[in-house]
Amino acid sequence: MDSALLIHRLHFAFTATFHYLFPQLTMGLALLIVVLKTIALRRNDKVYNDAARFWAKIFGINFVLGVVTGIPMEFQFGTNWSVFSRYAGGVIGQTLAMEGMFAFFLESSFLGLFLFGEKRLSPRAHWLSAVAVCVGAWVSGYFIIATDAFMQYPVGYYKAADGSLQLASFWKFVLNRWALWQYAHNMSGAVVTGAFVMTAVGAFYLLSGKWIEHGRIYVKVGVIAGCIFSILQVFPTGDKQGKLVSDYQPVTLAAMEGLFRGQSEAPLLILGQPNEERGKIDNPLEVPGMLSMLTYRRWNAQVRGLDAFPKEDWPGNIPLLYYSYHIMVGLGTFFIAVMGIALLLLWSGRLYSARWMLWILMLSAPFPYIANTAGWMTAELGRQPWLVYGLMRTEEGYSKVVSAGNGMFTLLGFMGMYMVLGILGLFLIRREIEHGPAGPEAASPFLAATEAK
Amino acid sequence: MTLGALWFWIVAVMVTVYVVLDGFDLGAGAIYLIAAKTGDERRRVLRAIGPVWDGNEVWLLAAGGTLYFAFPQLYASSFSGFYLPLMMVLWLLMLRAIGIEFRAHIDNPIWQSFFDAVFAVSSILLCVFFGAALGNVVRGVPLDSTGYFFEPLWTNFRLGDQVGILDWYTVLIGVVALVTLAAHGSHYIALKTDEDLGRRARGFALLCWPLQFFFTCISLVATYFIRPEVMENYSRHKIGLLVPIVVFSSLAVMLWATPKGKEKIAFVASSLYIAGMLVGAAFALYPVVLPARDRQYDLTIASTSAGVHGLSVGLIWWTLGAILALAYFAFVYRMFRGKVQVGEGHY
Ligand code: HDD
Ligand code: HEM
Ligand code: HEM
Repeated sequence: MDSALLIHRLHFAFTATFHYLFPQLTMGLALLIVVLKTIALRRNDKVYNDAARFWAKIFGINFVLGVVTGIPMEFQFGTNWSVFSRYAGGVIGQTLAMEGMFAFFLESSFLGLFLFGEKRLSPRAHWLSAVAVCVGAWVSGYFIIATDAFMQYPVGYYKAADGSLQLASFWKFVLNRWALWQYAHNMSGAVVTGAFVMTAVGAFYLLSGKWIEHGRIYVKVGVIAGCIFSILQVFPTGDKQGKLVSDYQPVTLAAMEGLFRGQSEAPLLILGQPNEERGKIDNPLEVPGMLSMLTYRRWNAQVRGLDAFPKEDWPGNIPLLYYSYHIMVGLGTFFIAVMGIALLLLWSGRLYSARWMLWILMLSAPFPYIANTAGWMTAELGRQPWLVYGLMRTEEGYSKVVSAGNGMFTLLGFMGMYMVLGILGLFLIRREIEHGPAGPEAASPFLAATEAK
Repeated sequence: MTLGALWFWIVAVMVTVYVVLDGFDLGAGAIYLIAAKTGDERRRVLRAIGPVWDGNEVWLLAAGGTLYFAFPQLYASSFSGFYLPLMMVLWLLMLRAIGIEFRAHIDNPIWQSFFDAVFAVSSILLCVFFGAALGNVVRGVPLDSTGYFFEPLWTNFRLGDQVGILDWYTVLIGVVALVTLAAHGSHYIALKTDEDLGRRARGFALLCWPLQFFFTCISLVATYFIRPEVMENYSRHKIGLLVPIVVFSSLAVMLWATPKGKEKIAFVASSLYIAGMLVGAAFALYPVVLPARDRQYDLTIASTSAGVHGLSVGLIWWTLGAILALAYFAFVYRMFRGKVQVGEGHY
């Protein structure tokens, strides 16, 4: 591969993957904080209000990291993918600009009020500011997903005389069916992250015998949300995403599933390593006919394999794509199992004392991050070799004027910077968890720090 | 006015709003180490900008997004051509954000001094970089027939064919920006705080004034000297005369209002000064959006704007979005109006 191309891809992949570690928690927690605030307001319950304030502190730190890693994303379309931007900007510029106008303004304005304004606002107004932050985060998610969805499944455009893509139908583009399902699936994944993190902190408090009252609330809210959204993650949203891929990117589906040769009664592969050289799967463990069933709802349906497509249209990195997909799906199954059992225990009133389950819940916090990242890797690797599916290849889209050396310089710069940010973020969040939900005075992350001395 | 021209002015206004708003928190950062001495004063500066700086910075993103949407080719050429300085701006923005937000998390003098320095130095450098960026746009870049260019950080600091991001002219504009925003930040801090800190900020604003006046004049002369074409629009459309009137009368008002302690008036005048300078630059460029060193390769509104349907649809949602954004800003600034109180918790 051309080394400038490789560097630009790595540049984008690294920064996007790192960025998305933060918004998934932002978007998930935002919803859960609204839940806590709503319960606090309706029952006039001080503990729930303190709980919301505690999570707002963690939210605040995470948000800052999401913002600072998000700004480079917006820039990189131009800096690293300028040919692509010139080509597709007439369409995807719409959603990127709308994200700023409708989501970021809302979110950033009300976040200030939410974090700093509790004393100045009435409880209802403070609740409203939490809702506004949540709406901002979720709207932001939609616009960026719609942008990505256009790259996966371009609709609503026409080709102008100079060869660039221009907007033909605003609604077709914005309400892209790919975007709708991708959004549902992705946002549900974000809530899964938020729920697992909240549960894990609650489990930690219960296990260590500190902040018991809070620990119970976090575990309860987290497990209920985690169970609902883990199920939504698989059905209907994951299933529908899979349908879309099989309809519009059949070669991607074949690579995701590791199906080298097309067949009827295609099996669903649970485990196994793709062996590209020999065009087969090593050590397969499969459920016969299941793949045909899942994609076409018939056991004996013919599923096209990679052999049905010209090799230059195959995704470039089939093993990684295959593993990403299987990790996501495997973890998805695991989440339902864990949260399902936890919910049963909660129901029967035994969860708070079931230490083994609390241990599992505490240690599971990293997995949704892995699943979400793997999901994105599936989507983005699966789109290859296209940058805009069927229209522009990835190798055509990068900034030809930016040499590999300059790209490497800034990639290394981002790696160093993000390492520092990551360590700082983990350190500060760990500290907040250690401090625990402080008294009512802790109106903001910043205040808590100055008063907890 | 054509649709493209309308969007040109929309983007120009958004950039101006960005500089006026984020300018005061950048400027507050630039004077931070000198103007705020004690821990309490530093906390008060941070409290004065804390609830608003992120919202201010969103204007940069929104302006960037709008630029992408309305002029995709301009966005593509300029962002890849200014690759290195933009990446550095990104790093500085990151450092600055964590400087503001993470400082107060740990009550340890070493930790806090470190983040104080991070905040101040990144703010100063950002002021200079933004000024230099404006300088590059006015001076022109080495575009060729492909519509792309790539500028190294510097070559020989002279204005030949092989220009870099930094040369004597762009550095000069960087200095103008630093002085202007430092003054702007001082006016804001004077407005938002009292006692010693407020007095010191006012003194600082006064100190900046002669520098600002001097560098404004120098930069205008230098601009005419390196790029006489900037006068074309001014001689063609008399309305352009408003620009120097606004710029110099704002300067005069600042000189009058600052010593009298009329902080609000001084701050508004400083905002108008910035708006005048930026709108003046946009006026001089129009309808060119990115001048080339070789004029035949200039990028213009017509050669870079997106399709007509996209631009018209955009007017609808943009107007709606802008009304909402203004409403949020009015609300937030109202909530946090008045002087920052000493006892008040945050930061
Ligand atoms: C908590 C995270 C999580 C979990 C448990 C799952 N997913 Fe997922 N998945 C995502 C998080 C995610 C994601 C990060 O949200 C992705 C990446 C791109 C996107 O829009 O959503 C995604 C994409 C994605 C795609 C699109 C790939 C493409 O666009 O090429 C499919 C087909 C699935 N998922 C299917 C599933 C199925 C069948 C699951 C059943 C267990 C599943 N996902 C669990
Ligand atoms: C929704 C917003 C997103 C958009 C618009 C987007 C767009 C892009 C673009 C333009 C590229 C470079 C071109 C290419 O290599 O195909 C890319 C590559 C990539 N992105 Fe995304 N991305 C988004 C979100 C994400 C997220 C959240 C992740 C990870 C968690 C991610 C992971 C990757 C990876 C791994 C690559 C490299 C693929 C390769 O080079 O083979 N993306 N994406
Ligand atoms: C590659 C494409 C992406 C771009 C260009 C991008 C751009 C940005 C920018 C500029 C910010 C900072 C906003 C501010 O200052 O308030 C941000 C934060 C955010 N982004 Fe991204 N982003 C990308 C990927 C994603 C994805 C895939 C999602 C989720 C679906 C997402 C969701 C968010 C959210 C919710 C925030 C709010 C702040 C936070 O969560 O910490 N972004 N993004």
